[in-house]
Amino acid sequence: MKALVCVKRVIDYNVKPRVKADGTGVDLANVKMSMNPFDEIAVEEAIRLKEKGVVTEIVAVSVGPAKAQETLRTALAMGADRAILVQTDDEVEPLAVAKIVKGIADEEAPGLIITGKQAIDDDSNQVGQMVAALLGRPQGTFANEVAVEGDSVVVKREVDGGLETVKLALPAVVTTDLRLNEPRYASLPNIMKAKSKPLATKAPADYGVDTAPRLKTLKVSEPPVRSAGVKVADVDALVAKLKELGVA
Amino acid sequence: MSKVLVWVEHDNASVKDATLAVVTAAAKLGEVTALVAGSGCEGAAAAAAQIEGVAKVLKADDASLANALAENVAPLVASLMADYDAFLAPATTTGKNVAPRVAALLDVMQVSDILSVEGPKTFTRPIYAGNAIATVESTDAKLVITVRGTAFAKAGAIGGSAAVEAVGGAADAGTSSFVGSEIAKSERPELTSAKIIVSGGRALKDAETFAATITPLADKLNAAIGASRAAVDAGYVPNDYQVGQTGKIVAPEVYVAVGISGAIQHLAGMKDSKTIIAINKDEDAPIFQVADIGLVGDLFKLVPELTEKL
Ligand SMILES: Cc1cc2nc3c(=O)[nH]c(=O)nc-3n(C[C@H](O)[C@H](O)[C@H](O)COP(=O)(O)OP(=O)(O)OC[C@H]3O[C@@H](n4cnc5c(N)ncnc54)[C@H](O)[C@@H]3O)c2cc1C
Ligand SMILES: Nc1ncnc2c1ncn2[C@@H]1O[C@H](COP(=O)(O)O)[C@@H](O)[C@H]1O
Repeated sequence: MKALVCVKRVIDYNVKPRVKADGTGVDLANVKMSMNPFDEIAVEEAIRLKEKGVVTEIVAVSVGPAKAQETLRTALAMGADRAILVQTDDEVEPLAVAKIVKGIADEEAPGLIITGKQAIDDDSNQVGQMVAALLGRPQGTFANEVAVEGDSVVVKREVDGGLETVKLALPAVVTTDLRLNEPRYASLPNIMKAKSKPLATKAPADYGVDTAPRLKTLKVSEPPVRSAGVKVADVDALVAKLKELGVA
Repeated sequence: MSKVLVWVEHDNASVKDATLAVVTAAAKLGEVTALVAGSGCEGAAAAAAQIEGVAKVLKADDASLANALAENVAPLVASLMADYDAFLAPATTTGKNVAPRVAALLDVMQVSDILSVEGPKTFTRPIYAGNAIATVESTDAKLVITVRGTAFAKAGAIGGSAAVEAVGGAADAGTSSFVGSEIAKSERPELTSAKIIVSGGRALKDAETFAATITPLADKLNAAIGASRAAVDAGYVPNDYQVGQTGKIVAPEVYVAVGISGAIQHLAGMKDSKTIIAINKDEDAPIFQVADIGLVGDLFKLVPELTEKL
């Protein structure tokens, strides 16, 4: 069974984003970019399934600028077999990303599509569910545990009250949550090897997808800032403050 | 006037609080119809009919809708949307699971996690872990939206008297089934609706130490218990305790952060709390940049003392 994993190039999670002064977006010039952390978990899960003999080939997909090649090379260095870059300099919304992924899935016929649950830049939490809808296939979102059993996959999901388990007929879409696994680091030899793994470059039009945005961004602004308050000297002073607040 | 369909989050017998904020947001867009989809959901439909601002309740009662499986729910919602202009769901794990699937079926770009309604098709929403707020205008014919619960007042749970109408059309897609769940029952207030929250971080060492340190303080304050990702990852507490960008968003009256450094991903989930109290031994911890009241020192000494003195 083939696995398709979606990886997005995003601002590194350690960087504090800054809103541009003209209110058009977030300043990404000279900012460290990395693979979306949930997508590292997606790649790792595919690799583990391959190590178990369940998955035979891992195809990593990214929609984005030429530089998203670096993100795909990281996926290849971790253990993906080949990569597809759907190159565009436009910002592509989740719905259009999902349509592109559907187009690739129609060609590649993967048994499993694994995406992150959320990209940490747009915080949309949509692509996986949309891909599943467009393909008419089941979805196991916010996965905490994934087990392929014959022609189905059992997914334990992180939900608001705790955990929930669903069984899905393959092919299926899985979106990763934080506790699914701990992604490996690519070793130096594997980083070298990744350079010669196949990476195909495509365009959204190859899949007949129009990436014109459906949401117009009118403005991007700073959130209200919270200023630091006071430091109290000891527990008695804290208790006094809590009394003022009416909670003690 | 626009017609708005609201996803009711429920347990078949009663309506969950998350729904009430969605009704408030929906009422800003038009006339509100509440959809109760479930199996044996009579009680929830009756409760939804009493929510203030709900004009009508649609009850879809079918075995295939028992556990809100997106594969079965989304086609039903998409077909009902022929008569509506907007679909709104809470940004809970259920809403986030179902709404994008509905959006794709309708060929609509979802607006996730809205903070405000600025116009008939214009909304604000947080991006980059809430470090930026985007104002977006949808150009789609229909709207699909998830609503951040802490950003809208709750509609009254009683006072309304909407008619309940049964709708059919539900079917089992046959591609997914519910196996089971591990949902802990607790006497404690629920995290997303609690007035006071005590959260613990990596500093709490292990599950026993977390329970022995945080629980007595939470008991004294009648507070819900939350945690940082690090505390959840290390197994001190279950996953549903996580507060943050990718966990739960909370905005209680008082949020007490104990042994939490204040990473941007954690702040994203709690910085709209009314009063933030931080206890941390590192006086330069970023949590103090947002805390109204800070106490520097060893939590293993300070927290028991605080619990004792309350
Ligand atoms: C994709 C992604 C999503 C994430 N989502 C979330 C999220 O939703 N929520 C979240 O919380 N995090 C999230 N994180 C993780 C986040 O980046 C931080 O790693 C995490 O919040 C740190 O948890 P912490 O503050 O408990 O631990 P640490 O950063 O290790 O802080 C521990 C603190 O305890 C203090 N301390 C230690 N001992 C004592 C003592 N004896 N007395 C008093 N103070 C003491 C230390 O000074 C320190 O400040 C996410 C990360 C990624 C990459
Ligand atoms: N441009 C993209 N290229 C590849 N994968 C993407 C892209 N955008 C989103 N994804 C995938 O979809 C997941 C959810 O993203 P989002 O719906 O934008 O929050 C991410 O974790 C990725 O796995």
